[in-house]
Amino acid sequence: MVKRAGAIGGPIVSGAVFALILAALVAVMSKANWPISFGVSDWAVVRFTIWQAILSASLSVVFAIPVARALARRQFQGRSALVTLLGAPFILPVIVAVLGILTVFGRTGWSSQLLGIFGLPPLSIYGLQGVVLAHVFFNMPLATRLILQGWQSIPTEQFRLVGQLGLPPYEVFKTLEWPLLKQVLPGALALIFVICLTSFAVALTLGGGPKSTTIELAIYQAFRFDFDLGRAAILSILQLVLAGTSAMLALWILPPIVLQSGFDRPLVRWDARGNFPRILDAIYIGVATIFLILPLSAVVVYGLIGLVKVPSTVWFAAWTSTWLAVISTGLLIIMALPVSAWLGGSKKGGAETLTLLGLAASPLMVGTGWFIIIYPLADPQYFALLVTALVNAIMALPFAVRVLVPGMRQSLVDYGRLNISLGLHGFLVWRIVLLPRIRTRLGFAAGLAAAMSVGDLGVITLFANPEWATLPLQMYRLMGSYQTTAASGAALILLVLALGLFWICDYWGRYAES
Amino acid sequence: MKYLMTTTAAVLCSSAAWAEMPVLKVYTYDSFVSDWGPGPAVEAAFEETCNCDLQFIGAGDGAALLARIKLEGQRSEADVILGLDTNLVAAAKETGLFTTHSVAAEYSLPISWEDDVFVPFDWGYFAFVHNVDMQAPTNFRALAESDLKIVIQDPRSSTPGLGLLMWVKAAYGDEAPLIWTDLADNILTVTKGWSESYGLFLDGEADMVLSYTTSPAYHLIAEEDTSKAAASFDEGHYMQIELAGKLANSKEPELADQFIAFMVSDGFQSIIPTTNWMYPAVTPTAGLPDGFDTLFLPQKSLLMSPEESAAVRDEALDEWLSALVQ
Repeated sequence: MVKRAGAIGGPIVSGAVFALILAALVAVMSKANWPISFGVSDWAVVRFTIWQAILSASLSVVFAIPVARALARRQFQGRSALVTLLGAPFILPVIVAVLGILTVFGRTGWSSQLLGIFGLPPLSIYGLQGVVLAHVFFNMPLATRLILQGWQSIPTEQFRLVGQLGLPPYEVFKTLEWPLLKQVLPGALALIFVICLTSFAVALTLGGGPKSTTIELAIYQAFRFDFDLGRAAILSILQLVLAGTSAMLALWILPPIVLQSGFDRPLVRWDARGNFPRILDAIYIGVATIFLILPLSAVVVYGLIGLVKVPSTVWFAAWTSTWLAVISTGLLIIMALPVSAWLGGSKKGGAETLTLLGLAASPLMVGTGWFIIIYPLADPQYFALLVTALVNAIMALPFAVRVLVPGMRQSLVDYGRLNISLGLHGFLVWRIVLLPRIRTRLGFAAGLAAAMSVGDLGVITLFANPEWATLPLQMYRLMGSYQTTAASGAALILLVLALGLFWICDYWGRYAES
Repeated sequence: MKYLMTTTAAVLCSSAAWAEMPVLKVYTYDSFVSDWGPGPAVEAAFEETCNCDLQFIGAGDGAALLARIKLEGQRSEADVILGLDTNLVAAAKETGLFTTHSVAAEYSLPISWEDDVFVPFDWGYFAFVHNVDMQAPTNFRALAESDLKIVIQDPRSSTPGLGLLMWVKAAYGDEAPLIWTDLADNILTVTKGWSESYGLFLDGEADMVLSYTTSPAYHLIAEEDTSKAAASFDEGHYMQIELAGKLANSKEPELADQFIAFMVSDGFQSIIPTTNWMYPAVTPTAGLPDGFDTLFLPQKSLLMSPEESAAVRDEALDEWLSALVQ
């Protein structure tokens, strides 16, 4: 009886999401000019998309390993704050981070000025290096958290044992750490690879022209530069095949997403007590912290200066974006609850299939498809907010489901029999049993969705007309028209909105706990 | 309460008056509507006489404007598109969305202009702008051999970007792909529009930026800054003639005509040189502002006819893309 929580809603919602994406795909296919022909520059786009994703994933993971290791075995003041900070890029609007990264690593940025003092040439951020740098900024913390989580799964006793045996560091690494890394790394690599494969906003702002165009960006260009729906369609299909295949490969090895609590117990490491490892760890942690903090501080500092220069259009856009996030989060909750209850009640890993779909369907593909569907019937601009909110919710759904399912499963296992004996079913099960127990997770998932939606610069670029915009789009326009000060102000507002919305939702979830 | 009622009444009345006023929507490129662009001054000048509400709407750079109109199609609320150029005329006419005009003027263009759909409002020569403390190259080959970093615009979204494509094609013909291959490592980045490029250049991100021979006049006149110059290239400079056209679906066709007629009059043309930093299509009675005489005039000017440029556009774009992705 109780297992039926979400037994009807779950399949309906999943089916609807699937149908929405499928409809987009069919629409896109119908517009594509068959047979598909590919030029030199199209292959270059595919090559670049894959290459930057490989580089971004590898570098993120390579840098994450020593940082995670250092975090796992050191106890210091501010450690838990740092672990929390590692979660920040996940909810940080891409365009805000890009502005911060430009301020720090641009050709006239802080680091170039520093290099100039030593007579070194300035950094060049546009092109592959900029795209990869931004991706590492976003994904190195994610990788660190994933690896840290694995590291902390090694029982302290084992480290005590190797300490007693007096094994040299290399042996410790070989016997304890390497087997663990072998388990965790493929999943982290795969996840980051797939995330970077569908990157749009980073390539839009930091790409250096045709040489560094991702497929997602090429879809946008076909759409906005040439209004060539046929080409946009072909690129969309390409994106689906590429991202779909990689997501399928990534699927088996995908690590679970865990709530941020529970990382606060460092291991006591008898094998790393010397001064040298201690200093090395301090350097790793220090460099990672500076790498994360500097761009964020740049956003805050210049944002405060720019706040007075912010035109009214920005405040209006902020209002639009807030609404968009609220609608999108509402849609997400409506979708995620029945789906996760359904999946939590069933034994098979349906959550994985859904994740696959969410990762493989690119926002711009879905957006293009729905534009094609709406276009002959009505003015797509009127549907801009609805489509954007829906696409944002669908993109957040896999994350939300991964967060919710374990909680659902636990509650259904713990209270299933009790519910039956009490005769609870339907709405009452939700209200009395499930919701209070998954509230923390729901708050976190909603927070993620709200922050992702408010900061999203994707589908909206296809639908928006010149007269209104969401905040990320308005900020991008300000950056483009050389109103850097106003853009900095807008960035701060967007940052506050994203973190604020996340905090409100997350706080609502946690509030129940205490 | 009384206060509330009068306020409400006032708001209602004013919005009623506002609603009666016809609205003319002009889609244009972003830099035209910016605070320092011609938009605000033109709007004020036209609204003095038209008893209407003139709205400039920035819709990206010039070439993206055309995509925007294609996208909106018959549903577009735009009455006039301002900011296409000769290289886009053929593609724009092909959409069937534009209609004919009946404006005649004494143009001061270097070529004779006769077109029943598009009306020129200003013109200029493309050029690379740089800081005077630098030894600028004198042609594309020298630029390609140098280590200089340039920012250019995407020919698919921007009229200067497309102009550069035509410039290299007009100057080098079949050798154009080679020039692009050699130039590829000089290109710091390709931006969507002119504003982004110029912003990057002013920020010091690049040594040179694709702009106009008239751009230094902005720094000279508006900022009393003599540090910027345009590089003179010996293969000649490609010319840009910026155009406006009226949409067949305009809900205010008379007003649109009135605007286009105003566009070639003194009221509009006298604003252009010191806001859009281009040569006016019809020299205003007061002549060109001081400072424009300091600008160099190319020894050789290049321009393809709309038909020619439409014919080579796809090929040139492919060559450009292929060279830049290597």
